[in-house]
Amino acid sequence: MKSYFYDLADFIQSRLHGGEDYTAWLSGERSDFVRFNHGKVRQAGEVQQLYLSLRLIRGQKHVAISLALTGMVEADQNRVGGALAHLRDLLVDVADDPHLLLNTIPQAGDRYESSRLPASEAMVEDVVAAANGYDFVGFLASGPMFSGFANSWGQRNWHETASFSLDWSLYAGGDKAVKAGYAATEWQREQFHHKFDHAAAQLLLLQKPARTIAPGQYRAYLTPDAMGELMGMMNWDGFSEKSLRTKRSSLIKLADDELSLNPMVNLREHTVEGLAPAFQAEGFIKPAHVDLIREGRFAGSLISPRTAKEYGVVTNGADGSEGFESLQMAAGDLPQDRALAELGTGLYISNLWYLNFSDRINCRVTGMTRFATFWVENGEIVAPLNVMRFDDSLFRMLGSNLAALTRERDLLVETQTYDSRQSNSMLLPGALLSEMTLVL
Amino acid sequence: MIEEVRQRFRQLNPGVEFCSLRWVEERSETYSVRQDVEQPASMTLDGGVMITVIHRGGYGYAATSDVSATGLSKALERAKAWADASRQHSVFDYSSVALPRPVGRYQSPTPVVPRASRRELLDLLMAESQACKVNDKIVDWHAFIEFKQSHQLYLTHDGAEVEQQFDFVVPGLVVTAFGDGDSQSRSLGGQYNGYCRQGGMEIIHQSGLFGSGRRVAEEALELLAAPNCPSGNMDLLLKPEQMMLQIHESIGHPLELDRILGDERNYAGTSFVTLDMFGHYQYGSALLNVSYDPTLQNEFAAYGWDDDGTAVQKTLLIENGLLKRPLGGTISQARAGTDGVANSRACSWNRPPIDRMANLNVELGDKTLDEMIGGIEYGVMMDTNVSWSIDDSRNKFQFGCEKGWLIKNGQIQHVVKNPNYRGISATFWRSLKAVGDHSTFDVMGTPFCGKGEPSQVIRVGHASPACLFGGVDVFGGEE
Repeated sequence: MKSYFYDLADFIQSRLHGGEDYTAWLSGERSDFVRFNHGKVRQAGEVQQLYLSLRLIRGQKHVAISLALTGMVEADQNRVGGALAHLRDLLVDVADDPHLLLNTIPQAGDRYESSRLPASEAMVEDVVAAANGYDFVGFLASGPMFSGFANSWGQRNWHETASFSLDWSLYAGGDKAVKAGYAATEWQREQFHHKFDHAAAQLLLLQKPARTIAPGQYRAYLTPDAMGELMGMMNWDGFSEKSLRTKRSSLIKLADDELSLNPMVNLREHTVEGLAPAFQAEGFIKPAHVDLIREGRFAGSLISPRTAKEYGVVTNGADGSEGFESLQMAAGDLPQDRALAELGTGLYISNLWYLNFSDRINCRVTGMTRFATFWVENGEIVAPLNVMRFDDSLFRMLGSNLAALTRERDLLVETQTYDSRQSNSMLLPGALLSEMTLVL
Repeated sequence: MIEEVRQRFRQLNPGVEFCSLRWVEERSETYSVRQDVEQPASMTLDGGVMITVIHRGGYGYAATSDVSATGLSKALERAKAWADASRQHSVFDYSSVALPRPVGRYQSPTPVVPRASRRELLDLLMAESQACKVNDKIVDWHAFIEFKQSHQLYLTHDGAEVEQQFDFVVPGLVVTAFGDGDSQSRSLGGQYNGYCRQGGMEIIHQSGLFGSGRRVAEEALELLAAPNCPSGNMDLLLKPEQMMLQIHESIGHPLELDRILGDERNYAGTSFVTLDMFGHYQYGSALLNVSYDPTLQNEFAAYGWDDDGTAVQKTLLIENGLLKRPLGGTISQARAGTDGVANSRACSWNRPPIDRMANLNVELGDKTLDEMIGGIEYGVMMDTNVSWSIDDSRNKFQFGCEKGWLIKNGQIQHVVKNPNYRGISATFWRSLKAVGDHSTFDVMGTPFCGKGEPSQVIRVGHASPACLFGGVDVFGGEE
C-alpha cells in the first residue's frame, strides 16, 4: 500500500494548478471482525476500507475532503481528480484562514511491520474451543492497518502494522462477568489459553451471592483497566490547549495552579513507545514525549498546529482533537500482589464504565462499577458487588485520596472500532484510594 | 454509480441460500464559524457495499469500497468464506430466518426552502457568531451547519430491491462564558447536536439558529451568575431537549433486543429488561406511551425499510405504562421467538446491521407547561442535556443539563446552574406525574448513538412533550 499511496501523492502533485498546494492523509485497514455470544459466532465478516483526507491550499485559503478510495490505481486517480475539481469550486467561496499552519519542511517518519498474523478463521477455532462450556461474549478484530502522509513540499510518511485484539467477557450470570483481553501482532495459542484460564479462574469468585452496599465513602482499589477510564475522562479535552484557552477543559484549575493532584501522579504522552503513528494529519512529527503532569502539577498541554497559530505558541504535533494517544503513567511502589492486603476493607474495582462529567470545571466525574467488582474485608474477597454509581472529583480521587500506585503497569490497547480500528494505548498502574464516593 | 452496482450484482451468481447487497453513498458538507473566524470547510464523500451471505446455517459479510465487478466478486467470496467458517459455530441457525424480499422506494421529505449558497450560509453563520460577543466574559463561541445526503440500495440475489434517499440537517451554536473561576456553556439544541432532522433549509429556520447568537450568549452569562442547583428529593420537569436523552438511555437501549439476547454484553452492556417481561411489566405510570415510529418523516431516523429489508410501521412499545414489545429486527425476533420492529440498521456500508432504536417517541399528553409548573410545590425544571451516564443494564442513571429553573409554589423562581439528577429506570418512569400537550412538544435526536462490535455511531430521533416526574434525586455542582 505504501507505493500505491506514494504514487497517488505524485498523481495529486501532477494535477495541481499554479499557486496550489496540498496535504494528504491516508488511513486504511483490511480487518476481519468476529463477534461472539454464548461461546458461538454471532456475526463474522471482513471490512476493507481506505480513506483519503485531501486538503487543497491556495495562499491562506484551504478546503478539505474525506474520500473513500478503492485501492485500485485507475479508479482512485479518477476519484481524486474529481475531488480536486470539487475542492477548487469550494475554494472560491471560503475566506482566508488566519489559523492555517503548514509544515513546509519535509520530515521523515516511517514504520513498517510485516504481518505475522494467522488466518482469522484459525483464531476463531481456538476461541470457540476454549469457550466451550462458558458463557463467553466478545469480539475479535484482526488484520493490517496503515496510515500515510504526503504534501506538496515533498514529505512522505508511512506507518503500517498488522495486529489483532480479542476483547472478551466470561459471564457468571446476570450482569456479573470477568473481562479480559489479548492483543498482539502474533497469535500465540498458549498465551491465549493462559489468559483465558486466568479469567475463568476468577469466575469462581463471582459465584458467591452478590452484595449491595449503601452509598457513602469507601476505600477502593482500581485496576489499571479502571484507571484507564479515569484517564479517558482527562483526555476529554482536558489537555487540549484550545480547550484550556477557551475554558472548556476539565483541568483548568490544574493548569491555573489553583488545584493539584497527588505528587505520585506523573503523566506523559509517550509517542516513541506507543502504537500510534509519529506523524499527524498536517505532516508535523510528534516529539518522543510530552510531559502532561509532573508530580501532580500541570506540566504541558497538547497543541495542534491550528491552535499554535491561533494563540502564538509552538505546536507539539498534536492532532486536531488535541488528545493523547500513547499515554504513560509513572508506576508507584505498591506490589500488585499486595493490593488486596493494602486495601484491607473496601472495593476491588476491575472496571469502570460510562463515565461523564457531573461538574466539568471541578473535574467531577460520575460513572459505574462494572464486571468483576468485589467487596473485600481484611484483604480477602468476600463477595461480588452489585453495580454502584460513583460521583467524585478527580482532584480528590487522584489527589488527596490517592494512597498508592502499583509497581506493575498494564498496557491497555484501545479496542473500540468507531470509524476504524484504533492505535491508541495507555500504560497504567493500578491505584489504591483511601476514599471514593459512591452515590447510588 | 447506483445503476452500475445494481447491474454488477445482478450478474453475480452467488450459489448460496441467501445473498444481499447493501450499497451506501454519503456526501456531507460542514460549515462553521468560531469566534468570528470561518473554520475550514470540510466535505466527505463516502461509499461502498456490504455483501451478506447466509448459507447452511452460517452468516458472513464482506464490505468494500471497490464496487467494480471484480470488487463485488471478491467481496462475495469473502462473505461466503465467513458464512462457511462460522456455520459450525453459529449462535443461531441463520438459514431458519425468512428475511423479507421487499421492493420499494423511500425519500426524505422534499426540502420546503431552497438551499442557500455556501457563501450565504457562511455569512449567516458569521452574523450569528458576531452577535455572541456581548460581554468580556464570553470566551468562546461557534455556530455550525452540517448537511448530509445518503443514498442507499438494498438488493437480494432473488430480486428484492429497495432504494432510499435521505437528507439530514444539523444546525447548532454553542457559547461559553467564564468568570470567577467558573465556566458555563449554553447551546442551541445541545452541545452534542441534539437538534437534528431530515429535510432542508426549513429545518435550520425551525431550529431558530438565525437570530440565536445574542440570546444564547446572554443565557450563558445568566448561567454563570446563577446559583447552583439545590439538592434534594423533589419534582422534576424535563423539557424535550433533555427528554430525548432520558428516552434514549432508559427506554431505547434497554428495549433493544440484541442487548436482551446478550450480544452487547462485552461492550455496551445488557438490559434490566428480560424476555418474560413483555406483555405484563409495568414500565411506567399509566400516563406513559412510547412509540417506535420511523414514519415521522422529518425526524432524524425516518426510513421506509431497515437494513434487513423489513418495512416500517408505527408501533407502540409501551402503552399506558405497560411494556408490550422490544426493539428487535427480523433476525433478533427469530432468535428470541418474539415480535419486534423493523430496526436492524447499520451506520454505513462498512458495518453490519444490529438492533437500533430509530425514532423512539413519547406520545402526547394533555397538560400545558404552565399547568405542570403550577402543580409543582417544590422542584426544578431542566433543559438541554450535557451529561449522561447509565449502568450496563441501563438501570441506574445520572444525567446533567445545561440549564435549570427552580420552582416553588407553582411559580418559576430563578435560573440554576449545573442541574443534575439521578435515578433508576425501573422505577423512574413509574413516577411520571404529567405529560405535556403539543405546545410543549419538540423533535430532537442525536447523530452519535454508539454501540456494537465493531463499533457504530448511528442516527436516532426522539420526539417528546415535556414530562413531570415526582420524587427525584436532584443536585447541583461542586460547592
